[in-house]
Amino acid sequence: MSTTTHTIPAPAAAPGPAPSETGLWSWITTVDHKRIGIMYGVTAFLFFLIGGLQAVLIRTQLAVPENNFLGADVYNQMFTMHALTMIFLALMPLTSAFFNYIVPLQIGARDVAFPRLNALSYWIYLFGALFLISSWFLRLAPNVGWFAYANLTEPAYSQGVNVDFYVLGLQVLGLASIIASLNFIVTILNLRAPGMRLLRMPVFTWMALVTSVLIVTAMAIFTIAVTQLLFDRFFGTMFFDPSKGGDPVLWQHLFWMFGHPEVYILIVPMLGMVSDVIPTFSRKPLFGYNVVVFSGILIAWLGWGVWSHHQFAVGLGPIAESFFAVSTMLIAIPTGVKVFNFLATMWGGSIRFTTSMLFAVGFILMFTIGGISGVMHSAAPADLQQTDTYFVVAHLHYVFFGGTVLGLWAGMYYWFPKVSGRLLDERLGQIHFWGTMVGMNLTFFPMHFLGLYGMPRRIFTFSADLGFNGMNLLATVGAYLIAISTLVLTWNLVRSWKRGQLAGPNPWGAPTLEWSIPSPPPDYNFLEIPTVRSRMPLWEEDSSKQGGIPHGRAQEGMDTITLGGTRVAEMEFPDEPSLMDPSEAHADHIHLPPPSYWPIILGFGISLLFGALIFRHVTGPLHNLWYLSFVGFVTTLVGIFGFALEPGHDH
Amino acid sequence: MPIPVGLMPEPLHPVDTARMKQRATLGWAPLLALLATACGGGDRERYPMTVYDPKSDFARTLLDLQNLTLYLGIGVGLLVFGLIAYISLRFRHRPEQPDPDQVHGNTRLELAWTLFPAVILAIIAVPTVQTIFETQRKPPPNALTIDVVGWQWWFEFKYPVNGGRDTVRTANEVHIPTGQPIHFRMTGGDVIHNFWVPQMGGKRYLIPNHFNSIQFTTNEPGVYLGQCAEFCGESHALMKLRLIVHTPEGYARWIQNEARPAAEPLDSAILIGKQKVTQGACAGCHIIKGTQMVGRTGPDLTHFAQRRTLAAGILENNAHNLAAWVRNAPAVKPGSRMPAMPQLSEQDIGYIVAYLQTLE
Repeated sequence: MSTTTHTIPAPAAAPGPAPSETGLWSWITTVDHKRIGIMYGVTAFLFFLIGGLQAVLIRTQLAVPENNFLGADVYNQMFTMHALTMIFLALMPLTSAFFNYIVPLQIGARDVAFPRLNALSYWIYLFGALFLISSWFLRLAPNVGWFAYANLTEPAYSQGVNVDFYVLGLQVLGLASIIASLNFIVTILNLRAPGMRLLRMPVFTWMALVTSVLIVTAMAIFTIAVTQLLFDRFFGTMFFDPSKGGDPVLWQHLFWMFGHPEVYILIVPMLGMVSDVIPTFSRKPLFGYNVVVFSGILIAWLGWGVWSHHQFAVGLGPIAESFFAVSTMLIAIPTGVKVFNFLATMWGGSIRFTTSMLFAVGFILMFTIGGISGVMHSAAPADLQQTDTYFVVAHLHYVFFGGTVLGLWAGMYYWFPKVSGRLLDERLGQIHFWGTMVGMNLTFFPMHFLGLYGMPRRIFTFSADLGFNGMNLLATVGAYLIAISTLVLTWNLVRSWKRGQLAGPNPWGAPTLEWSIPSPPPDYNFLEIPTVRSRMPLWEEDSSKQGGIPHGRAQEGMDTITLGGTRVAEMEFPDEPSLMDPSEAHADHIHLPPPSYWPIILGFGISLLFGALIFRHVTGPLHNLWYLSFVGFVTTLVGIFGFALEPGHDH
Repeated sequence: MPIPVGLMPEPLHPVDTARMKQRATLGWAPLLALLATACGGGDRERYPMTVYDPKSDFARTLLDLQNLTLYLGIGVGLLVFGLIAYISLRFRHRPEQPDPDQVHGNTRLELAWTLFPAVILAIIAVPTVQTIFETQRKPPPNALTIDVVGWQWWFEFKYPVNGGRDTVRTANEVHIPTGQPIHFRMTGGDVIHNFWVPQMGGKRYLIPNHFNSIQFTTNEPGVYLGQCAEFCGESHALMKLRLIVHTPEGYARWIQNEARPAAEPLDSAILIGKQKVTQGACAGCHIIKGTQMVGRTGPDLTHFAQRRTLAAGILENNAHNLAAWVRNAPAVKPGSRMPAMPQLSEQDIGYIVAYLQTLE
């Protein structure tokens, strides 16, 4: 063995970030993509826990037939908020966290294209999310499903503020998503390091680009639909009111033109994550890079032409149904191609089953099940039996949990060391993985049968004599197991943030640029903007290894799970230590945008402008609080001018 | 709040299990039939709403198509799972192992696994499109057309009688004959609902200002359960229905009786009940033909006592449940459009129940 063993250097002595500002004010005014990424991540993870709690409450209500635990209206609020929380407050922002933190590092940039806009999107997201979730704590949450089918949402059938929270909250949250996505598109297209051609970008960055385009276009449609609903509810228009000539089916089309791309918004980033994770731990390049990238683009593109497969029972006529059935089937082709390319990447490799890799493999398996049931839905007449039953609940959770969440955890274990400088604990990680896998299959697999045996979705209770009892109880047990596993992850994150093993710059021996800089990276990311000559710069350009693949710390003690013990002889710092001198961080040639408090002011103004409208439909003394909307309007105006005229941001 | 106990109705005829088993084994891929049978999927006793027990041409067609997709899907799934298992064991990292060959791709292989799903999808696409058109043909001229209207939270069914001059209305229980093509013409009364009786076939939405239809023929008399499948508000979970299939003679008797006006009271207590109903709050929403009641927002009560259930199929139609329903409907069904009746004394309710129970 190596003779040059020594202990891990303490963080202070390690080549690490330049000393940067700490304290609350520095976080509030930050425009650093890494800090914003962390804020997105922490906020979204907390909402993920809330969404999980909602799921546990739902499953508790459905554990036994004719249960009284929640009651009809609270249950309806619960399943609506579970979807809204998970989709808009947890999963989309979690992917946004990864985009924020990782994408600029992967393309060799010092920040995103519009750092203050990035902060603005976070603050709008935070205020919008707090607004929406407050309805749940007040027991006034939206109770019409996340799809909010008209005309149930019209004032005649939904009095009170429940649906208003939906309309106003999503109006605000949509804005945050659009702003963030425009920022990523410009960043990825314009801020790539020299030599990083489009087809040299890591697949995760590629999928971030594809996702951002989807978000901008899909959210635009949804914003229109929500604005129409807002007008119906607040100003007496009748877009969706059939009693006055409006058409509730119009809402369905607008919603699913957004809603189906939304599904891809939630899965495409994870297809990118595992495309980075699998090659690293197989120690082989991604098999068929071009095909994987183009099939990602194709999935997104086809995603535009399939929305009515959510509406096969609506009665659109045989021609439309045939079109949407076949277009939906087409999506299975690029998806299948990706799965087989992942398998081919692993084939012949030297696979290390770290927790990250386990989740990536779990992702492939579970996503395949979700894809198969998806193809079953695409056979439109067969879907007439499946739609609106628990079969669909099973399908969508194999996609969103088996796909999105498992993919996210693969990315979490993979990139956490880059963010924190420390590894997540592998032993806890394995517990988390196996608990999650067993739990999710216990929860969601029986739901396939429940649906085909006749259990509709979105019912707060079911009779005891329909044969649903055993499988529902099983699903509830599984949900509790998922919840416990998620607590293990939470503990792992909290504990490892300060006390995990030091990671070094490249603990996995990974090939992409973000692993060439210290963990956590300094404020300026790259002291010298790198010049890129290949897709896997750290594998193909590392002359010291004569073309070999760097091992990183994952090399040693892999089988004992600890990932490395203390032997760091092989730990490499690609840059010369002298170049990493923190004092050089402030070298003249590195220009970092100064902090700004305008994003939080503007974000607060926009949120208040919409949020205060909630009091319009509140009776009593609180009603007049809706005038705060004007305060929000003025704050927004002031914010825009302050934002635009702020000195030091003129580049 | 007590949640009412749903009722499993007795089938009018014993379930023909021998025939069911025969179909299961004749199914054109026995693997799944086996799986479904193993899980009891076709067992109507255990799973009264299972799609694995189709009782109409429509439902059978859908199940055949679903089975095709399922078998192919299971095949693909086994392939992927098998490959992953093999790869995970075979290519696991071993100590001192040299770096693997840096393979970047293989055009031929990639072409192969682009074509592989395409072929499988073509196998599904052709019967899918065929079935879409087949199941949405114009209904034949001898079809029995029944209007279905969805309301929060009950189903209304309308039958033309006397050559279309009159209409029979019933709620939550739809009666049809065997052997004759049935054509449901469907719309929504207030918000969107979704009509579903799994053993008779797929779902269709009931949408205000839109007209949808499904058609099917069944040869199996019996009582089949259904439920609203689209979320339609607070008590969506409690919006159920029963589809009752008669022999043609049985159906003729039923519709003849339904077309008659309501029975007249035979004794004084019932007469009091009639007055309470026809002159009280009930008249605002309900109709009883042969009386002055003409309300249209609630179910037609002309032959109320014929129904097996009340409150959209969640309660057995008996005196106790009926009294509870009249006393405080929202307590049984949250958000019910029928308000609580605190103004009625227990004695009033007794009279009302007694009268309603005579409406055979």
